[in-house]
Amino acid sequence: MKSPEPAKPGMRRLVSRSAFALLSLSAAAMLGGCASATQSTPTASPSAAFKPAAQTAGSQITVWADSTRLPAVQQYQKSHPDVKMNIVTYDGSANGSTYLQTKVQLFDRTGNGWPDVVFGSPTDVTWASQPTSPSATAFAAPLDANLVPQQTLDGFAKGSLAPCQFNGHTYCLRNDIAQVVLWYNKTLMDKFGYQVPTTWEQYEALGEQVAKEHPGYLVGAVGDTNSQESYFWSSQCPAFQLEDPATLKVDLADGNCTRMATLLDKLIAAKAVTTQGFFSQGFAKDPGGSKVLMANGPSWYGQYLFNAAFKVPAGQIAAAAPLTWEGETTAATGNVGGGVWMVSSHSTNLKASTDLATWLTTSNDFQANAPTYPAYVPAAKAWLANPANSKYFATDISDVFQQAADLVWTGWSNTKFSDATAWSNVVLPALTQGKTLTETLPQWQTAITDEAKSVGYTIATK
Amino acid sequence: MTALNTGHEAVSSVTPVRRRAATRGRAGLAGYLFVSGYAILLLAFGIFPTVYAFFLALTNDRGQFTGLNQFIKVAQDYRFAPAFLNISLYLVMWLLSVVVLTVVVAIVLRSRMRPRLSAIFRFLYYLPGALAGVASVLVWLFMLDPAVSPVSWLLRSLGFADFAAVLSPGDLPVILVLIAFWTGAGGWIVVMYGALNNIPDEVLEAARTDGAGPWKTAWHIQIPMIRKWIAYMAILAFAGGTQLFVEPQMLQTASLGRVSPTWSPNQLAYVFAFQHGDFNGAAAISIFLLALGLICAALLVTRSDLFKVDES
Repeated sequence: MKSPEPAKPGMRRLVSRSAFALLSLSAAAMLGGCASATQSTPTASPSAAFKPAAQTAGSQITVWADSTRLPAVQQYQKSHPDVKMNIVTYDGSANGSTYLQTKVQLFDRTGNGWPDVVFGSPTDVTWASQPTSPSATAFAAPLDANLVPQQTLDGFAKGSLAPCQFNGHTYCLRNDIAQVVLWYNKTLMDKFGYQVPTTWEQYEALGEQVAKEHPGYLVGAVGDTNSQESYFWSSQCPAFQLEDPATLKVDLADGNCTRMATLLDKLIAAKAVTTQGFFSQGFAKDPGGSKVLMANGPSWYGQYLFNAAFKVPAGQIAAAAPLTWEGETTAATGNVGGGVWMVSSHSTNLKASTDLATWLTTSNDFQANAPTYPAYVPAAKAWLANPANSKYFATDISDVFQQAADLVWTGWSNTKFSDATAWSNVVLPALTQGKTLTETLPQWQTAITDEAKSVGYTIATK
Repeated sequence: MTALNTGHEAVSSVTPVRRRAATRGRAGLAGYLFVSGYAILLLAFGIFPTVYAFFLALTNDRGQFTGLNQFIKVAQDYRFAPAFLNISLYLVMWLLSVVVLTVVVAIVLRSRMRPRLSAIFRFLYYLPGALAGVASVLVWLFMLDPAVSPVSWLLRSLGFADFAAVLSPGDLPVILVLIAFWTGAGGWIVVMYGALNNIPDEVLEAARTDGAGPWKTAWHIQIPMIRKWIAYMAILAFAGGTQLFVEPQMLQTASLGRVSPTWSPNQLAYVFAFQHGDFNGAAAISIFLLALGLICAALLVTRSDLFKVDES
């Protein structure tokens, strides 16, 4: 048992002595001429000097795909049994995940381990097209540098390769486009005797009418990680607008942003638009997909949301052209996702890797049955001609999809950070607490600019 | 008789000394062998990474010496203050609950309960701690989602209509303390119970004879006598608490991003390293956490005489 005794003076002396040593050390460090702590910026156009790794013909290639694209890779393996492949499933950078970026950072430090072909989001290309550190090589190989013929690249839908292009090179092949259209339940609309809106003003009026006449039915949801792309991108809100590669314009006070915020606030207050997400836990059970009258969302909502998640019976769901604003002649629309395939610049079998990436994005064998709308134009035609892709819907969706694919507004740029982060952890919790979108816009503005500055952008607000 | 007696006394007073000396001599090698496994792992995964972190924190990615500039840079980052504020709030709540509640529960188990019942309770309290951290987060994700929770009536009566409402930013420290307490407290209850067992029965009996009731005994006898154990628990709970990572990271993923990806300083360091590729900045944040843990440990160690060896 211990006897009550004050702390040893020796210990005190030790503590004070080491504290003094630490202080004098830091003082010395402060006084000394110190280098800047900022990260070095990679030199421009690194791809000009793209040097492939030593190639080994027929060597195994490692493929990372999300679970949705896995069958595609397996189909390729089946039809090309001589190609040695190691197929790995990962989250595919969905919902702002940074798994791929994290792993590549580590591989760049250890000097090995890179996958040869990866499926990712357009956001991934922003960092993959540049070296992660002064000694590293950019992860993505420039595909236009003698890998993929220019003729193939020209076959992609207008603007669909824009997220792949940096410094005049193309670093990825676009798998699918996710143009936003207006989805609606035709059976319900007919039953209620409603006209499908063509303008946002009509949409707003109909939403308020639904709230009065059929409470509980929804014309939209804003609680998903990508709802801002369905609504604010479609409204041409300059939230993520690159003026040049280093300057980002963020101006949520712009009329194009406030008009959408006001519209949604009215419909949220009327309970015609929910602050829950279509994909949030429990939505399919309560309130359930049968309560969704309309949904402004990407082309993949049809099969993914209504068919797979909500299990709405075939023959009920239809798509209408993107909404316009009164007084504006041409519609613009948003884009929600749309994956890309990248080939690693470290691959020792670039031939097989490039062949796989090309097949995945352009071959009708797979793309005609793809779960999403192909970015490669001939494949998109085959996709639309495939009855399996249209028989679920109440009306013909071909015209709407083709029209919307050309209307995607180009002012919402692909930035080095995900546009989902600030929306999900700043705007959505505020909405859940009952705040309006209009009063949350300044907070969203701050969150975007903080994040943009931390990855090196200069901010322009006007 | 007298001679024999003295002889016996002489023997008994000498043997322990000799035996102790003998064990010490042999213990040299065996002791070092026993310690070596831990020491090697500590060097490889504790000391070396710490030294490397200091090296990284004092240089930039070009290998130039930067002095304190990395520390200044990360401290000025817009996510630094919120992350440290979050973790402080969490630590205060977590330390208070772990210290107060585990000690109270251990005293109740030790003094106010039949031994067999107490053993069953100790086992039950310990059980959640046997689950891995990630698994326990999953259990809580399930518990806290009104759509699937077995206690959804309770969540709804508290005004939480859906999972998103439960995860509002103000509730996060409470949720994380709940998870940490549920997984971590059981083990500490068992340890505190063991510490209370060390108190000789005569002492407690003497207290009872002097008229001390159960609460007076607890306050004046039991708690002061396990003070070192409490300090030890506080140091480890504090060090573990500052390193909070898995729980908020899991909540961030499970809530589809409604929780900030830089909620705790450790997460901020992770983002610095793996998203910005700024390993130097990440190392600077880790040094801040190390300093915080060392200062707290030094305070508790000196205040509680934790390292004073009993020689009586």
